[in-house]
Amino acid sequence: MEQFINFVKKEFAHVWRDKKTLLILFGMPVIQILIFGFALTNEVKNSEIIVLDQAKDQASQQIIGRIAASRYFHIQSSVMNKEKIEEAFKQGKIKMAIVFPAGFNETLLHQGKAQIQILADASDPNTASMLTNYVSSIIQDYLNSIDKTAVIPYSIVPEVRMLYNPQLKGAPNFVPGVMALVLMLVCVMMTAISIVKEKETGTMEVLLVSPFSPLLVILSKAVPYLILSLINVASILLLSIYVLDLPVNGSIVLLFAESTLFIITCLSLGIFISVKTDSQQMAMLISLMGMFLPTVLFSGFMFPIENMPYPLQLISNLVPAKWFYIIVKSIMIKGVGFSAIWKETLILGSITVVLLAVSLKSFKIRLA
Amino acid sequence: MEYVIKTDKLTKRFGDFVATNEITFEVEKGEIFGFLGANGAGKTTAMRMLCGLSMPSSGTATVAGFDVYKQTEEIKRNIGYMSQRFSLYEDLTVQENIRFFGGIYGLSNQEIKTKSEDLLEQLGLKNEAKKLVASLPLGWKQKLSFSVAVLHQPKIVFLDEPTGGVDPVTRRQFWDLIYEASAKGITVFVTTHYMDEAEYCNRISIMVDGKIEALDTPANLKSQFKVNSMDEVFFELARGAKRSD
Amino acid sequence: MSGPFAIEVNQLRKTYGKEQLVAVDDVSFHVNKGELFGLIGPDGAGKTSIFRMLSTLLLPEKGTATVDGYDVVADYKQIRETIGYMPGKFSLYPDLTIEENLRFFATVFGTTIAQNYHLIEDIYVQIEPFKNRRAGKLSGGMKQKLALCCALIHKPTVLFLDEPTTGVDPVSRKEFWEMLKRLKEQNITILVSTPYMDEAALCDRIALIQNGKILSINTPQNMIEQYPERLFAIKADQMYKLIKALREYPEVMDCYAFGEYAHVSFKGALQEIKLKAYLETKGLVQIEIKPAAPTIEDYFIKLLKN
Repeated sequence: MEQFINFVKKEFAHVWRDKKTLLILFGMPVIQILIFGFALTNEVKNSEIIVLDQAKDQASQQIIGRIAASRYFHIQSSVMNKEKIEEAFKQGKIKMAIVFPAGFNETLLHQGKAQIQILADASDPNTASMLTNYVSSIIQDYLNSIDKTAVIPYSIVPEVRMLYNPQLKGAPNFVPGVMALVLMLVCVMMTAISIVKEKETGTMEVLLVSPFSPLLVILSKAVPYLILSLINVASILLLSIYVLDLPVNGSIVLLFAESTLFIITCLSLGIFISVKTDSQQMAMLISLMGMFLPTVLFSGFMFPIENMPYPLQLISNLVPAKWFYIIVKSIMIKGVGFSAIWKETLILGSITVVLLAVSLKSFKIRLA
Repeated sequence: MEYVIKTDKLTKRFGDFVATNEITFEVEKGEIFGFLGANGAGKTTAMRMLCGLSMPSSGTATVAGFDVYKQTEEIKRNIGYMSQRFSLYEDLTVQENIRFFGGIYGLSNQEIKTKSEDLLEQLGLKNEAKKLVASLPLGWKQKLSFSVAVLHQPKIVFLDEPTGGVDPVTRRQFWDLIYEASAKGITVFVTTHYMDEAEYCNRISIMVDGKIEALDTPANLKSQFKVNSMDEVFFELARGAKRSD
Repeated sequence: MSGPFAIEVNQLRKTYGKEQLVAVDDVSFHVNKGELFGLIGPDGAGKTSIFRMLSTLLLPEKGTATVDGYDVVADYKQIRETIGYMPGKFSLYPDLTIEENLRFFATVFGTTIAQNYHLIEDIYVQIEPFKNRRAGKLSGGMKQKLALCCALIHKPTVLFLDEPTTGVDPVSRKEFWEMLKRLKEQNITILVSTPYMDEAALCDRIALIQNGKILSINTPQNMIEQYPERLFAIKADQMYKLIKALREYPEVMDCYAFGEYAHVSFKGALQEIKLKAYLETKGLVQIEIKPAAPTIEDYFIKLLKN
């Protein structure tokens, strides 16, 4: 144990004395949080929605028909009560729900004015505002089509409610994303590089020729990065709460626990890369191309996964960052508890176990 | 006498550390000049200044008639350089290396063609021309590397520990190349850790703690220190060194 | 477990890559307990591969080897407990200080600096004044001393030193060999490799190695005595001219530069007056001809040329 502690101390000395890397490590999250403040606009296709039609009359059916025909939406099912809607949102099954009040057609025809309730999941604010805009324009089209026969112009007022993020702040969308990116970068790349560095300087040879277990060598290299990463999580959260004014709605403890799980996933990846490469450049390249890019592409934080071709959607399931992104988003913005995210946690956990097993197994006790 | 290198109180400071302290010496045309010193004595720093890679702090020096302060580009065109650490691109073939280095020293394609044929013939590497440098034994690499460094017939060639780790037969073949270059009028400026190689030089200088403490022919140095070998001369001088890199 | 030898190597073989480049070609030798054994050969001769197989870092392709009686493949854990290993590049952490490096390697081997301080004291006192300096800022000679301390700190029974003097100046090299001699007195078996022929004479026994093959194993003294021809040292005012002239002389069997002299062997008996006259016709002056005592380097050159 004493050996292990000494080893970890030495790892900290490496990190601490490399001031440039240290600056990058802790400066990066801050800069990324600020840079990603500029929200990105993306087009949305085939978003899952549900419709609660309490009217079931001509007007409501026609509007639903138009929505269903649009390429932007996919009506999942029609439900009969509002509780179901709430549940669907929490489970992340739908992006939007539309509620037609009873007697919709009648109100419209007699009073010339009716209401529709639109509920959107604003934890992804871009998507939410885009979807509500699309619905509004479909309703407007419908009104234009019936207006030709009417004496006085009809109007339908959409009552829009943005759930989870009423001010439609863009930030919550990217804070989980930046978190995934930063952890990916710190854990995967830094761990891989620090191990490969020992190979390059030849110190790995000496360590291997010592009675110190090779497994412990790897573990003690991972510990400092685990701690550094947790500090990064904390600093991102502090920035998000105090600078961007975005509170964490769910449990902080749960958030940290899930982050730790994801960090371990990343560390395993880093170890795996270090086993397979012999130079720092190679380790860096693989970390960037093989890990960082998929995280950006497939985590769903920059490019909506639902817009991707099916094969890519399947691939995205293998990207750990995707699950972590969903988990963080759910905890931070929706404020849900573990019961709502256990599935994602289980998937992430399984990926971690597999990665860890593979990377520890492929770690060699010899040079070649 | 024609001097190709002439320095006067050449000094390089890094902060308050004086790496090279007022060194003054001349090297004659066609001479094989051994530049010795313990690790950290200031050899590398001095060599960098002479190659136009590092600006001196004070003092003057000319290399091939050009000033080390203002005419570094001219200097680089008139010197060749080879070190143990970097010499050739391992992932290029023998021929590609010759073509590349000939090219950066401004030789025309025609010149490169004829010269590389001569060179391959002379080194007995004709059959290896299309092989990757990485696949050659170390000794061959070093010989090839030297030949490439003098391909453009520089006035001076700087050799930084050119024979480290090479077997004794190849080491001697390497020195044959050096002698030949010298016979053609190319001045050879060489550092080495092999003291027997110091004997092969026309004159040698020994640096200790940034200063040149001895400069003469091997025979004169031995009689000056009243010892039988260069090894002992070196040991006498370097033993008193205070610093190391 | 303890056999008669500290190291025993039998028909060891190692090839690399798809082309099956032979790095170590069926090498056999043994090292006695407490012996200072040298593997002498140029870079690329296969010395490092042998070291790595013996220190359990590489698996041999063929053949067997034991260190301290333990098999290098099956008993690698026991070997790792008992040996000290200093790789060719002096593996140290450049961003840690002298003291931190030493302490770290002590803990890795499950010991403390204090426990075996007597072993390294001689060497450590020389670098102790700089103990707070980072290893990356040390000279080659000091790095080498620190690396040796790190390899010794757990009191190994067998010490593997892979080219400890490469790139180190002659003064530091000399000091280093004096340290090795003192370590031998502590009953530590030392296997050392070097490309410098002059260091060979300082070993108890040496193996000359080239292209993965051992050319000869013997004591340095015996090797010199085995030198088959009479060797002469010849000197003149111009070395290159002298060598060229000698090579053209029909009676000369072999001739090469050796320090300030050329070492020459002849096909028959040397006719000194005739040779001197010949050299004078070639424009050489200050000619000196004397018998020379062969060295390990002469012997190695002889073996390489055969």
